[in-house]
This record gives sequence, structure tokens and C-alpha cells, in this order.
Amino acid sequence: MILSEYDAPTLLLRSWEDALPARPVPRVATPAKRGLALRLQGVAKAFGARQVLGDIDLQIEPGEFVAIVGRSGCGKSTLLRLVAGLETATAGSIALDGAAPAPQRGSVNEGVRIMFQDARLLPWKRVADNIALGLTGGDAPARSRGALAQVGLADRAHDWPAVLSGGQRQRVALARALVHAPRLLLLDEPLGALDALTRIEMQALIEALWREHGFTALLVTHDVGEAVALADRVILVEDGAIALDQRVNLPRPRSRGNPAFAAIEDRVLQRVLQHA
Amino acid sequence: MNDANRQRWLPWVVPVLIVAAWQLASSAGWLSTRVLPEPWAVVKAFWTLAASGEMGQHVATSTGRALSGFALGGGLALALGLLTGSLRWAETLLDSTLQMVRNVPPLALIPLVILWFGIDEAARLFLVSLGVFFPIYLNTFHGIRGVDKGLIEMARSYGLSGWALYRQVILPGALPQILVGVRFSLGFMWVILIVAETISAQAGIGYLTMNAREFLQTDVVLVGILLYAALGKLADLSAKGLERWWLRWHPGYQHAAAT
Repeated sequence: MILSEYDAPTLLLRSWEDALPARPVPRVATPAKRGLALRLQGVAKAFGARQVLGDIDLQIEPGEFVAIVGRSGCGKSTLLRLVAGLETATAGSIALDGAAPAPQRGSVNEGVRIMFQDARLLPWKRVADNIALGLTGGDAPARSRGALAQVGLADRAHDWPAVLSGGQRQRVALARALVHAPRLLLLDEPLGALDALTRIEMQALIEALWREHGFTALLVTHDVGEAVALADRVILVEDGAIALDQRVNLPRPRSRGNPAFAAIEDRVLQRVLQHA
Repeated sequence: MNDANRQRWLPWVVPVLIVAAWQLASSAGWLSTRVLPEPWAVVKAFWTLAASGEMGQHVATSTGRALSGFALGGGLALALGLLTGSLRWAETLLDSTLQMVRNVPPLALIPLVILWFGIDEAARLFLVSLGVFFPIYLNTFHGIRGVDKGLIEMARSYGLSGWALYRQVILPGALPQILVGVRFSLGFMWVILIVAETISAQAGIGYLTMNAREFLQTDVVLVGILLYAALGKLADLSAKGLERWWLRWHPGYQHAAAT
């Protein structure tokens, strides 16, 4: 019973591909599409009387992988939400590829996608339909399937999110972001709730997909090791300001056993702890 | 006998014993038929009423009243709940008024309703509609308000807005709570109708039982009571069925892994 239900769509897709051999299967993203440049100038954010971020200047090159680390409540997530357009800055400007994003709060630029700490899958939509959220056009199901294959969950397209593990849910959330071929991917502690082994797996997956697609990535994380493993630059946010901008020039994929890796991780960690 | 089998018949032991004791008491003459008829007489009355077609007619009348009241009151409640749940100004405008009205028990309005509508069908329709209104209204309102803000934010960031956002995120998110309201209402619907039908009616299960009371036909009265019970159970089962189908994504309602 279950088998036949799994097989049906696959068979359908196969016959559809057979019928139209000339048409290529739509790709999730074209690697030719480069990442987005990001420029923050004098960005500040206050919630009422509480100043969360003050005077942030940050320039991120197209295709760069930048990690933002910091203690809880330092304002790093707020910074990401400002870039995403989920919050509006109290002062300063945020430019994507030189242009200011749409001023309307809650609407996100077409080329920008976010992955949240919780996967935020719609529980009433099957996995494939979750990924197709916001996609238009007749090729949406095929694109959704392609993205799902990229995160290694091609056989779970018809499951409800409730039956997936935490790691699988985050993979689906990643596929949902990637299916839009984002030029800037914002990651708000997406691996924070996962166990250690799943984290390492997910880090490798994110890195591989970033290298393949060439988008700009901005990762907020608690984990300094994760930041050093993935990022070209590690930025430390402290009391709403950038306290450290550490470049990581290590070959990829990075090994945590590498002394240079350990040295950078230690330096950032010492700087984080110094503030205490 | 294995455990699963025992699980199946064990719950029936007590009801069967009660009915047996009842039958014994009646046939031994300990129990007057004016208090309770013997079970067998109830079965016979049921059969006679069913065979003559009289019962079908009364059940159809009552069901029609119940369902039209449910459709009217429930539909209005759903529309208003969606409105006040979704729009702040609608909540400010309407909610406190509705909360005040909510404190009036529908059955307390019976004298007024009779003055307004007479003892017509309209009176019963009004009472049932009012009875089913608040469970659905309140649950719809809270269902809409309770939709995970994170999901709405996520959907917006994926380009959904307006009707698409409402249909794909807000409505399905509110649905479990709305269905709780529907279940409450379906139970309440019969309670209100029973009272409304005993006031004065020319047809329906309530008429059947009140009429039988006049002639001391306790067996027919019991048939009426059992009919109400069966219809109430049926309404609850259908609400459960709706939950099972509409909430098949919900782990709390999943009875079979494969859907």
C-alpha cells in the first residue's frame, strides 16, 4: 500500500520525462547566477528605548560566506532580520547589490531567502508542497523534487513534516530556500537545535551547496567552531557593534584537527570570552 | 481468550447486565410501566414506529431543524470569527458586543423568543442558531489568533501575501481549533433542539415524546430519548470523521501512519 503510493509519482515523472525527451529537467539553480553584494552603512536598531544595534558598517562581497557570532542577546539575529527585511532599521542603510531593499516590512527581496532556527515547515503540507511554497509555474513540482534530491531526501516527498526528524526538517527547509535560487541565503542559527553528528552533516551539506550555487551566505551561529568551519570571515557582534572581523583563509573542506583551524577558533573564542 | 478480545467485550458487560436486570424487574412486576416500560416494549415500540414510517418523518423533521440551525448559526459564527480574528478593527468593533451576548444562555431567551417568533419554526431555528454560534465563533477567533507567527513570517518571506497567505497558512493553521468548536456546537445543537421541540411542535422527535407523555406511553418516550442519543452520537462521529480527514497531517489525529 505504502510502496505503491510512493511509486506512483515517480512513475508519473518518469513517463513525463520520456514523453518530452528534448526538454531538460529544470535545475534548482543555475550556478552562473552569482551571489549578491551586501553593504550596511551606519545601521542601528532600537526596540523602543532599548538600543540593540548601533552604527554597524559591514561590506560583504558577492559569493562570500560570512558567519556572525556572539553571545545571546548581542543583536546578531536582529542584524540578520534587518538584512532579510523582516525588521526595519532605525537608522542607516542596507543595500543589496547597491540598491536599497523594498521598504515594506515583512516583504523579502526576491533574491534573498532565510532559513530559521526552527524549520518552520507548514505541518499541513506534504514535504514536496512545503518546498514548492511560493513557487509559481507548471514546473514547480519538478523543481521541488529536484531541490529535495539535492538535500538527499528525494524519497520523502510525500511525507508529512510531523514524521521527519529535526535534521530532516532542516534539510527540507534548506531545499525550500534553495529552490528559489537565492542570491543571498540568510541562515539564522539553523543548526542550533540539532545533535552534534547531524550538525556536522548539515554543515557539510550547506558548504557543498554554497560552493555549487555560488550564493552569498550570511550565517548567524553560537558555535565558533561552526563559524570557522564554514565561513570566509567570522564577525563577532558585541553589545550591538562589530568587535572583530576575522578572515579565515583555510582550504576547503576544512578539517577541525588542523592547527591553523584550532588557532583561529581559539582566537575568536578568547575574544568572545574576554568580554565576560 | 486473548487480551485483544477481552478488550472488545469487557466494556459491554455492565450495560448488558443493567438491561437484563431492568427486564427482570419489569417482568417480575417490581417496576411499574408508568415509571419505565420493559426493554422489550421499547424495542417493540421502536419497531412499530419505524415500520409505520412515523419515526422516519419525525427524525427527518428534527434533523432538518438541527442542521438548518447549525448551518445558519455556524456559518455566521465562522464568518464573524474569521473577520474578528483577522482584522483588528473588526475585533475592536464587534468582539466586546459578542462577548456580552455570549453570557446570555440561549434557553433563557425562550419566553422572549416565543413573543418574537410565536411558536413557529422560526423560534426553533433562532434558538439552535444562537446555541451553536458561540462555540464556533470563539474557537474560530482564537484559532486564527493562535496561528504560529513564525509560520506567517516565513510564508511572507517566501512571497505569500493576501489570499494565498490566508488559504495556505492562516486557515489550515486555525482549522484544528475551528473543528473543536464544531464538535462542541454539534453536541449543543441537539440539547437546544430537544428543549425547543418540547415547547410546542407539530412534528419532530420532541413532539413525539411530548405527545406520548400525554398518553402515558413511556415506551415511546424512551424511544424518543434513545433517538436523540443516537443522533447526538452520529453528529459527534461525523465531526470526528472531519477531524480525521482534514487534520490527517496532525500527529494528534493520526491513527494510521500511511495516508
